[in-house]
Amino acid sequence: MKPAHIYREKYIRRVPSLFCPGCGNGMILNAFIRAVDDLTIPKDDYVLVSGIGCSAWIPSPNINMDTLHTPHGRAVSFATGVKLSNPKLTVCVISGDGDLSSIGGNHLIHAARNNIDLTIIMVNNSIYGMTGGQVGPTTPHEVKTITTPYGNPYYPGDFTAIVAAAGASYVARWTTAHILQLKESIKKGIEKKGFSFIEVIAQCPSHVEKGKKEDAFAILNHYKTLSDKKIIKVGVFVDINKKELTESIYEQMGER
Amino acid sequence: MSELKQIIPNKKDFIMGNAACAYGAIAAGCDFFAGYPITPSNEILQLLAKLLPKTNGVFIQMEDEIASISSCIGASWTGRKALTVTSGPGFSLMTENLGYAYMTETPLVIINTQRAGPSVGQAGKAGQGDIMQAQFGSHGDYEIIALAPKNVEECFTLTIKAFNLAEKYRTPVILLSDAVVAHLREFIDFSHLKKYDIVKRKRPKNKEEGRFPFGTSNTDLIPPMPFFGEGYNMLVTGSTHKQDGLRDTASRIVHEDLVRRLQNKILTHRSEIEMWEEKFTEDCDTLAISYGAPSRPTEGAVVKLRKEGHKIGYFRPITIWPSPEKKMKELAKKVKQVYLVEMSLRGYKMEIERVFCNDKVHHIPKLSEVHTSQEIYKEIKNNMRRQL
Repeated sequence: MKPAHIYREKYIRRVPSLFCPGCGNGMILNAFIRAVDDLTIPKDDYVLVSGIGCSAWIPSPNINMDTLHTPHGRAVSFATGVKLSNPKLTVCVISGDGDLSSIGGNHLIHAARNNIDLTIIMVNNSIYGMTGGQVGPTTPHEVKTITTPYGNPYYPGDFTAIVAAAGASYVARWTTAHILQLKESIKKGIEKKGFSFIEVIAQCPSHVEKGKKEDAFAILNHYKTLSDKKIIKVGVFVDINKKELTESIYEQMGER
Repeated sequence: MSELKQIIPNKKDFIMGNAACAYGAIAAGCDFFAGYPITPSNEILQLLAKLLPKTNGVFIQMEDEIASISSCIGASWTGRKALTVTSGPGFSLMTENLGYAYMTETPLVIINTQRAGPSVGQAGKAGQGDIMQAQFGSHGDYEIIALAPKNVEECFTLTIKAFNLAEKYRTPVILLSDAVVAHLREFIDFSHLKKYDIVKRKRPKNKEEGRFPFGTSNTDLIPPMPFFGEGYNMLVTGSTHKQDGLRDTASRIVHEDLVRRLQNKILTHRSEIEMWEEKFTEDCDTLAISYGAPSRPTEGAVVKLRKEGHKIGYFRPITIWPSPEKKMKELAKKVKQVYLVEMSLRGYKMEIERVFCNDKVHHIPKLSEVHTSQEIYKEIKNNMRRQL
């Protein structure tokens, strides 16, 4: 492990941090650039795509690589166009659970089904943070949010299971309490030729249980306990090899 | 000047408008297509699925129209010439990213083979109700370039033109075809169309210029476009951004400068962009305006009225947006009556009423099918009688 300023100078744009105190996004940003630094792919060969929301700000503008900051929910489709057009690029999507699984759910399922060589990092903070703490597709049942003031009547989705069922090549879930495992998974995901999906459960001390102003460190400890008890299931769920979309499409090219 | 690609028939051929659009795309150098099936645009999709892999282009059928235009934008930023095709219901979905493509100055072509709306309407029947949607469908202030072909040959030539305009002005361009032109089969002589201009987008001349994908001190307002993977570490965002692409969602000045420049980019070049066709306008006191499929029976009706001694002219806007406003205002000075013939109740009406005086404009709409020449002739004739 290198000193922090080495990573900062190489990968981070000189912009003030946009995240709230205690936010998990900074930790995921750290894990991502450390994973990238461990790999041998040149920095200029990456394209980072994100949608709308707090975690979409992890790549744009923080990371000093080509970034594509897209309308809400469309990151995976934009990434598909980039990857298919120039297969030598390493295309990663970093966005939130609301962006990727709710408004962008259809795109996520079909990109997984097509097994296109993208790496998706879905930051799951169980809430719509940027808009002020509305219920999300991952908010636990009965939890109170500003749009479920009497308790959440909806159920949270298990999107690792959905993406796995859709046909992804690599599927994993970690929490921000598993930052080293997360880094290894990101490396694995980027190296995997096929659709990789990594869910990261991350704390939002600003909006979860609004008004309580929870201590981020206490939430991390809570994640540890819950994952030890297997209430939050962490680990690698899918790791298979199958033919990838870009390869198939390029094989069909040429005189026929 | 570019030579016609091998893959395009090199002779007289009897094909439908949609096929001509697909050939036009190949001729223009289109090398990325993403689309979703919808009637009446399917033939373009089908033909490109066959042709593009042969020309080393990418063809992908996406899960919906939103994803189709999204991946076209991603492709364009790697240097591809991207195309998507759709019809009304799909175009409604695309308007979200139409705005994104405009805001991020992404060249791309959308073909909308208009069908009878609103909503699902009649899939196989024609309409021209998406004229205003093209210009106003996406939110916020934007200026669009939209062209309307009247026949199979124009499906070919205007598709090439649409790509050239998109590349030149770094902006999305729409080809507003309609179900009649799309499914019409007629002879097209490719040997006459052998040579055509191909415009390529402006590229950064050096590393420094590439650092500002959205800014320019050039007088023509069009910034050079770097591509992903070239080492510029670009920021591309639909949020308000500075010249280097960095998001600025607070400064009023940055926002106004950007949105005004984007508008001026199109409007200051409108005299270069605008295209139209006119006949018998030198001495006319009455004018028949039409575009797309109905312009052909309109022309027929005008010829017949002309033979009877009526001083009626024929005017066909080819660029629907920006509308040939200056030319129309010139004509407005000398004509007393204007007939607008279109396959929509609202289509182009507001724009024509704006340019000509409201009470001068007599609307001749027909829904679902194109007018016959006789219908237009009768309607104009009856109205002339009433005026006497």
